[in-house]
Amino acid sequence: MALLEVEGLKTYFHTEYGLVKAVDGVSFQVNRGEILGLVGESGCGKSVSILSVMQLIPIPPGEIVAGKVMFDGQDLVKYEPNGREMRAIRGSKITMIFQEPMTSLNPVLTISRQLTESLELHLDMDREAAKERAIELLKMVGVPDAARRVDDYPHQFSGGMRQRVMIAMAISCNPMIIFADEPTTAVDVTTQAQLLELMKDLVTRLDTSLVIVTHNLGVVARYAQRIYVMYAGRIIESGLSEDIFEHPRHPYTIGLLNSVPKLGERHGARKLVPIEGLPPNLIQMPPTCAFLARCTHKVKRCQTEPWPAMRAVGDQHYISCFVDIKGK
Amino acid sequence: MMNVSQNDEILQVKDLKMYFPITRGLLRRKVGDIKAVDEVTFSIKKHETLGLVGESGCGKTTTGRCVLRLYQPTSGSIIFDGIDISKVPERKIKSHRRDMGAIFQDPFGSLNPRQSAGSIVGDPLKVHNMASDAELKDRVIELFRIVGLDPSMMDRVPHEFSGGQRQRIGIARALACSPSLIICDEPISALDVSIQAQIINLLEELQEKLGLTYLFIAHDLAVVQHISDRVAVMYLGRIMELTDSTELYENPLHPYTKALLSAIPIPDPVAERTRTRIVLKGEVPSPVNPPSGCHFHPRCSLAIKECAQVRPPLRDVGNGHYVSCIRV
Repeated sequence: MALLEVEGLKTYFHTEYGLVKAVDGVSFQVNRGEILGLVGESGCGKSVSILSVMQLIPIPPGEIVAGKVMFDGQDLVKYEPNGREMRAIRGSKITMIFQEPMTSLNPVLTISRQLTESLELHLDMDREAAKERAIELLKMVGVPDAARRVDDYPHQFSGGMRQRVMIAMAISCNPMIIFADEPTTAVDVTTQAQLLELMKDLVTRLDTSLVIVTHNLGVVARYAQRIYVMYAGRIIESGLSEDIFEHPRHPYTIGLLNSVPKLGERHGARKLVPIEGLPPNLIQMPPTCAFLARCTHKVKRCQTEPWPAMRAVGDQHYISCFVDIKGK
Repeated sequence: MMNVSQNDEILQVKDLKMYFPITRGLLRRKVGDIKAVDEVTFSIKKHETLGLVGESGCGKTTTGRCVLRLYQPTSGSIIFDGIDISKVPERKIKSHRRDMGAIFQDPFGSLNPRQSAGSIVGDPLKVHNMASDAELKDRVIELFRIVGLDPSMMDRVPHEFSGGQRQRIGIARALACSPSLIICDEPISALDVSIQAQIINLLEELQEKLGLTYLFIAHDLAVVQHISDRVAVMYLGRIMELTDSTELYENPLHPYTKALLSAIPIPDPVAERTRTRIVLKGEVPSPVNPPSGCHFHPRCSLAIKECAQVRPPLRDVGNGHYVSCIRV
């Protein structure tokens, strides 16, 4: 059974330029203990989707217009964003790792204070026990000399180490789900490998689900078991990792995979096939499929009918497209 | 490869050093050096693309900036078109720089927000007195067409363009004076995945059409490998390995190159399962106080006592495959 079930989520932003439909009918589920990938380019709504689940959308200008977020038998959307129920879940049962470890840590508080805060709040620990646990957590995420470094400030940590602290904070209260929003985009590739391996080991050991939100197809291919691909505020393809990468069925997913150079391809062996054009303006969304203007597989139906609903094309494999494209 | 005469080389960089002084106190007393580039040697042949890859802080950008003479190197020579431009006095550098173009990473920061696109592209021609007012407009129109921009958009300012279009403006500006060498410093890393391929393909087409030579600086090894004929891998101011781009992937020799390659996740879950991953321990040391001997030895699995004592030379192990390691 799914641990978290998001259904028909719509999050809009009222801006001075018009209504931005950042997330427009997104449904996904997170199963127990799985690593899930949510991929898409900037502006596709992947971050807004998980921020909506966490009720971290600034209101106004944002607004969760519709949808359900079922977690543990409760609909999180019904709760006040800063109400007691939501605060008991956020940071405890569902936690988050942000992209930028420098801005997401408080620069004037020690690492110890930032780690112990949630322990005292959610697990009712006293100061001493919390600090001991904080040191233990830092050791778990591989911060060397943890007992001493726990009293340091964020600026005394390198980027990679800061992200380890963020991971320690995320696992501190034995969460059931961790959302990681571009967790390794700000770090170098060898540090990225260290952090991702660490996160994978931790969630396996703690039996936690991990949702990796990223634009990097390689990262999800390596770690995620299931993948959701987003475009212009919607999920356009979902399925098992092998299906998405070996047999992609949506023209956007196919285009995306053809447009990235693969490591090890001989120089000059293949010309990249870019997706021509630009993603649509979220204020003036077409009534049809939003990928239509860039699609090379379009048929007549695409121009007259609204954006198609997700349909099954295989076991656990869904696309939102009228066209059937066989093979890669 | 080896019988290429020296005349085919458009750029020869030899023992290039770029140290930035660290000063302290009121009198700005020098207390040390940041050894950003520490004796780097490479050359680029005409019509070739040399990739320069490494993690942040490895000195790849500084190397590029020295070649453009945006920095006055501490020592070493940069022979471009037969002239050592590192020795050319500041007031005479302009005429040499005309034959080089530069494309920068940030398509937002590298274009003047108040200047029209046409004027940005035409500026180099004015600076170098290469076109009369009448010729200028024709040349700018031509440049717009070359990079795939609609010349009717000439009077617009940068914010009216998308990220990919802005990078095209940057490329048009780099091409304005018909340079023979172009330094591309992370030209695509600020762009979205589906747009990256458009720019890579454009750079490849331009090279073919105009016979350009590229120094392509980037951190994404898959992209570098795709576009480059040869690749140099840098670590803490030094070149660790330099070889043909296919060879680099199929037969990497330096332990750092191996770790770097294995750290890069590739969008193929089936291949990912069988790949061996070398997760490096620790972090990149500071270039202020780099490790003795081989800069990589504290993190290297092959390191022996000598590695901490002697600086390994960049030696040819056959077929133009250079490696700086005493253990291979």
